[in-house]
Amino acid sequence: MTQSHRIDGGQIDRTKTLRFTFDGLPYLGHPGDTLASALLANGVRLMGRSFKYHRPRGPISAGSEEPNAIVELRSGGRQEPNTRATVAELYDGLTANSQNRWPSLRFDAMGINDKLSTFFAAGFYYKTFMWPKSFWEKLYEPIIRRAAGLGSVTREEDPDEYDKGFLHCDLLIIGAGPTGLMAALTAGRAGKRVILADEDFRMGGRLNAETFTIGNDQGANWAAASVAELSSMPNVRLMTRTTVVGAFDHGIYSAVERVSDHLPAPAAGKPRQVLWRIYAGRAILAGGATERPIAFENNDRPGIMMAGALRAYANRWGVKVGERVAVFTNNDDGLRTAKDLQSKGVDVVAVIDSREGGELLPGIRHLQGAEVIDSSGKLGLSSITVRQTNGRSETISVNVLGVSGGWNPNVNIHSHHRSRPVYDPNIAAFVPGKDGPPGLLVAGSAAGQMSTHAALRTGRDVAIAALELNSAPDLPQAEDAPIRISPLWYVHHGKGRAWVDQQNDVTVKDVKLAKQENFTSVEHMKRYTTLGMATDQGKTSNVIGLAIMAELTGRSIPETGTTIYRPPYTPVAMGALAGRSRGREFKPFRLTPSHHWAKEQGAIFVEVGNWLRTQWVPKAGETEWRQSVDREVLATRKSVGICDVTTLGKIDIQGTDAGAFLDKVYANTFSTLAVGKCRYGLMLREDGIVFDDGTTARMGENEYVMTTTTANAVIVFRHLEFCRQCLWPEMDVQLISTTEAWAQFSVAGPNARNLLRKIVDQDISDAAFPYMGAGNITVGGLRARLFRISFSGELAYEIAVPTRYGDALLREMLAKGAEFDPILYGTEALGVMRIEKGHVAGGELNGQSPALNMGLGKMVSKKKDSIGMVLSQREGLTIEAGYRLVGVKPVDPKGKLTAGSHFLEKGAAPVAANDGGWLTSKVYSPHLGCDIALGYLKGGDRKIGQKMRIVNLLAGLDTEVEIISPHMFDPEGERLRG
Amino acid sequence: MIIHHPILGPRDAQEFVYLGDASLIDRPDGMTAGVEVFHDYLYNRTNPAGEHQELWYHEQGDRSWLVVTRNTVTHEITKVELARDVARSRGRTK
Repeated sequence: MTQSHRIDGGQIDRTKTLRFTFDGLPYLGHPGDTLASALLANGVRLMGRSFKYHRPRGPISAGSEEPNAIVELRSGGRQEPNTRATVAELYDGLTANSQNRWPSLRFDAMGINDKLSTFFAAGFYYKTFMWPKSFWEKLYEPIIRRAAGLGSVTREEDPDEYDKGFLHCDLLIIGAGPTGLMAALTAGRAGKRVILADEDFRMGGRLNAETFTIGNDQGANWAAASVAELSSMPNVRLMTRTTVVGAFDHGIYSAVERVSDHLPAPAAGKPRQVLWRIYAGRAILAGGATERPIAFENNDRPGIMMAGALRAYANRWGVKVGERVAVFTNNDDGLRTAKDLQSKGVDVVAVIDSREGGELLPGIRHLQGAEVIDSSGKLGLSSITVRQTNGRSETISVNVLGVSGGWNPNVNIHSHHRSRPVYDPNIAAFVPGKDGPPGLLVAGSAAGQMSTHAALRTGRDVAIAALELNSAPDLPQAEDAPIRISPLWYVHHGKGRAWVDQQNDVTVKDVKLAKQENFTSVEHMKRYTTLGMATDQGKTSNVIGLAIMAELTGRSIPETGTTIYRPPYTPVAMGALAGRSRGREFKPFRLTPSHHWAKEQGAIFVEVGNWLRTQWVPKAGETEWRQSVDREVLATRKSVGICDVTTLGKIDIQGTDAGAFLDKVYANTFSTLAVGKCRYGLMLREDGIVFDDGTTARMGENEYVMTTTTANAVIVFRHLEFCRQCLWPEMDVQLISTTEAWAQFSVAGPNARNLLRKIVDQDISDAAFPYMGAGNITVGGLRARLFRISFSGELAYEIAVPTRYGDALLREMLAKGAEFDPILYGTEALGVMRIEKGHVAGGELNGQSPALNMGLGKMVSKKKDSIGMVLSQREGLTIEAGYRLVGVKPVDPKGKLTAGSHFLEKGAAPVAANDGGWLTSKVYSPHLGCDIALGYLKGGDRKIGQKMRIVNLLAGLDTEVEIISPHMFDPEGERLRG
Repeated sequence: MIIHHPILGPRDAQEFVYLGDASLIDRPDGMTAGVEVFHDYLYNRTNPAGEHQELWYHEQGDRSWLVVTRNTVTHEITKVELARDVARSRGRTK
């Protein structure tokens, strides 16, 4: 297809031709084009279907405010829905498709909605799909979702990478139009560190879209020269394709840089987009202004566009949208479109100017005091109906209409800290109000300074004010025309639909309906009609909507007020927010020292926080997990098993007050612990609930080693630092986390000592290293630590070496101890053995249970002050018949148990009132030959030996059980002292 | 947010963990105070719209606990102190 609508001029590179497709058809364009400008150059202006009524739509703008020309780009994993054709940069091979239409854009079956529009007014869904209630989820919602909506997401993974970056500067300038460029020149020449960011791929803002002169040159040339000067400054960073999307606290701004969106695929090693966090000493919002339409009947046909956009397509991209153009305006800026197009040889048929009097354009039919009241044309504009000042209507044949209802300053980012814009009647628009983000100043048309001269002047002056500069550069000569606007929000005529928000299909009628139903506050109107939602966030529609509401309610616009803006300024891809935190990188694994060995053995792993721990290690012939776990338990209790316990938190605690400190943070006493011994420690929260537990060893007079549970390693350390710094700041005590520094293995079973004798250099006989002993030892000369502690109930040790020797130690133990058939057991076997012994762990340390409930009440010493001691004595935590930890086994050994099941008395109905408590942990015990469990049972300490039921209605379980002591295996502890 | 660490200078709030009201420093003595006093210490907070002293922990940094005076309405931070110094000034010892 030829570029039938190209005209001379523009900032496109005509020496190169780019091929692209839209809905499968091939087209040509040039570097410098957007998808929208290239399609318009090819005579294509139908680019989408509307959200609700499926009306044919074309672009109305040439920027990121676009509500209509929303398309899907690319295909496969790179498919991207809901992108604006007006800002999508053209590249060779781009594929784009229209959205929300079936079977095709020209013939859309859902266009039937347009005929049924009376039924689809605001609030339609709420009123219509009320009943039957069950139909909503199954029937109504899926149908509505299919019919309405925008693009579709790809089901494939995004192949590209997204990054996050951090930048610092003295001055961040948001927007590189005349204001931003002048501000950057002022600050840059003064040697300040400047970041100038613009969402466009070409800096210059409106200067690229206008025919203004600055000094003796074209505005676009002045912009290019300014950019060239700025690029030569090492203290200035120019960021094109970069949208500042939010203002956050303390001068932090976020910006999305589209590094590779203008390429078929990112270059090797390059991200698709970067989410920047910019730390700015000061910032200037120089984001310009956005033109708004005037609502009239059928004002949404392809070919009806913003007057300024028509000018931009002609001046910047060398495109005439159609052959016969009219302009409908309420201000002088609209007249510029007529002049520019006429000078480019486009036939400007008429200017319909709602104002009376003023300048009359020479050589153009300029109708003053007139309004456009209707339009026609099936898939695009073919004529407009004009009501003249004498009341007579006339139909004018045109295929393009430029509309200008005035310009709204882009105040958005200034509102991100809830500053409310204020109405300025001189320009009939909202300007930034008070209490914007500290350090953020506003200049140029974003501040309501609409002329080019005012943009340059305020850009310079605000930069000087922001940075307290001493010298001011001279300003080049530029136009300083007044605005001259007479507000006109919508044309009072007829009963048809006049669109306010084209993206959400909200019409003047819907605003009237909102008023009629008393949703008159702007916030209510927005939510009732959906005006201002979705990808454009009402950039062209909000102000008209609230102005109409003001008129309907007889209030002024300032009285009506405006909704405010939140980040982001334009839509941000989820990928950019995620950055590198996706897939495995979202939550990296921490690997234990035994990981490589275990992997070689085909071990099964389980995620424990970020850790990947061995769950069990299957042997050949084992087909079911229980076979492996039972074998590991039996082998450990019969001879010796090794378990990697590196994941437990380890904290070195040193200082002359280390013992006194431990007395404060543990419920039991540690200052009396002998050097070379360890003790089980119970840690409470201040509210008296058990926080954590573990063994702590005294390695020297002023040196302890604490262990914590795997899950609480980080928060226990944080808590200890709180106690040390905030509660007892004069204590001589130092802490350091050594969780990563030591590889630690539990060696358990009757042959544990026999195996370790072959490894360690010291005498570890029962006399030399008794139960609960601890000390520094060596392993073949390597410094190591040994603790005689047991979680399994067996004769057991924990041996620790510097982490990098962990793998070697494990292999050494397995090799040197081969005669004892040692096995590595995983977390499942660990769980079986600790439940057999009645040791509490995750299910019991549930953040709701005091020590008393765990049978550990006597550990809370009342002879000293410790965290949680006082509140553990609260009435509610010391109920006599409260929950107590018990053991449970089925009366019939074949009976099944599940964790989470509830205790019921025999014959009691399974209702909450009869609930006796619940099972916290359950395993199969190969020694007892049946399921066993731990649980919290009301008054459980007095129910040992009784028969009850375990009921789980979800699992269909009702098992008769016997309540037993939680110490189910070797209750006298003879094995671990052996 | 940016917190001006008394030792390390301006740091991004992402490096910190938030705990809450700095009145948590004023822990009663468990050997003399009873349940009521501890209950008040642990659960009762003022909830000011305005200046608030609160505890932040520099977990991704030097592990200092800080007392940050922050305006809860504007997020303006007017003072940052080492919690240890604040604790000492409030008479806490061993």
